[in-house]
Amino acid sequence: MSKRTLLNEQEIQVILQRLTCQLIENHTDFKNTVLIGIQPRGVFLANRIQSILQEELKENAPAFGKLDITFYRDDFRRGDKILEANQTEINFIVENKHVIFVDDVLYTGRSIRSALTAIQSFGRPKTVELLTLIDRRFSRHLPIQPDYNGKQVDAINNERVVVKWKENDGEDVVEIIRINNE
Amino acid sequence: MSDLSVNHLLGIKYLSEADLQLIFKTADHFKEVINRPIKKVPSLRDITIANLFFENSTRTKLSFELAEKRLSADVINFSAASSSVTKGETLEDTVNNILAMKVDMVVMRHPNPGAGVFLSKHIDAAIINAGDGAHEHPTQALLDAYSIREKFGDVSGKKVVIVGDILHSRVALSNIFALQKLGAEVKVCGPLTLMPKHIESLGVQVETNLVKALNWCDVANMLRIQNERMEITYFPSTREYVQQFGVTTDVLSKLNKPITIMHPGPINRGVEVSSEVADSAHSIILNQVENGVAIRMAVIYLLASKIKQYDK
Repeated sequence: MSKRTLLNEQEIQVILQRLTCQLIENHTDFKNTVLIGIQPRGVFLANRIQSILQEELKENAPAFGKLDITFYRDDFRRGDKILEANQTEINFIVENKHVIFVDDVLYTGRSIRSALTAIQSFGRPKTVELLTLIDRRFSRHLPIQPDYNGKQVDAINNERVVVKWKENDGEDVVEIIRINNE
Repeated sequence: MSDLSVNHLLGIKYLSEADLQLIFKTADHFKEVINRPIKKVPSLRDITIANLFFENSTRTKLSFELAEKRLSADVINFSAASSSVTKGETLEDTVNNILAMKVDMVVMRHPNPGAGVFLSKHIDAAIINAGDGAHEHPTQALLDAYSIREKFGDVSGKKVVIVGDILHSRVALSNIFALQKLGAEVKVCGPLTLMPKHIESLGVQVETNLVKALNWCDVANMLRIQNERMEITYFPSTREYVQQFGVTTDVLSKLNKPITIMHPGPINRGVEVSSEVADSAHSIILNQVENGVAIRMAVIYLLASKIKQYDK
């Protein structure tokens, strides 16, 4: 197993600032926009984006929710491991709202496919956009692309991209871990 | 996280404490789901479930059916009154015929104790016991314990008294197992004629004085007097039973502290509990009903996740 650092704390900070600026550019006052972190790991990123937005926009920052996609996944009963659910916290209806999904790594696109189904339990959004920190391009199984993207990487299949956050893992860093099967 | 230690839910007796906690944790998520504007998830869209009710039921059957539909399972229903059972077909044959129609899971209520266990040994499908005679009613006990957990934050260390017809009650036995596994203390209270022999061997104390029992407990679970199961007279009259074991606002006002009242339903108003008590803030009877759907969704989801996609 070998590991290399893709982004350090400072680089992550710069990217978060840029992504937030792009959101503000497109959504201006966020009147009709909601930010949804995808459970479990997208929520850390969403929290960071939200706190920068709150600094910039004060009380105009968008409504914030967490969405768990476990019960909407397409691999139920296919793996050996049980699918463990996380908390969903959406205290508003998304009917006619602009929804921004936030997730840390976009890989096959299957999580986002599940999230697109899951969000419909809370109404029919006007639009749905996707913000990711890392886009593993060339690994997609479905026609899904990010609207706001931190960094693209060409990781191969036996590599894992791990995003760590200070509040959960002790440091802000993005690592690529290569798992040797031999 | 590991999955359930069992492939069938036949009784609480066969579950570990970790199983109970896993079911509760999963039920928390489903409780959130059933309070959404759209109360349905697609998890079980390729699972077919047969509800076989060889004995009458309204609440449990509706609750199971709702849980199954909210998980997007296909559901077929069967009740003994309108079936070939009356023509002399055996249980195994009835169920095998239904399974030949490619059913993955069977929810069964049956008047004979052990019917679920018998079936699980002969049939290739996940079995959920929805009540077998006076033996066990595991999902009721799970939702009762879950409702206590919801009200108090934890079941461990709580004092629960089960009042009424313990002898004929599958709810009592399953509740005793579940509450003890979760670290609660359990007493049973009722006329001695309605106490099973050797009930103390389960580690529960028998109390025949209702007021003493209520003063001791945090929660009283009031069982229904099952007249339909009583082939002889166990107490002189309903009026006398009510005087000794009926919970009224009068009884509650004389206790040293407020307690929580539960009832598995259907209530005989004015017998086990008075109407005022059943509708009072002490009662969590309707919470139990709501939690029943979430608990059954959790049990079905967890058992279904053990049926592998391409085993069949």
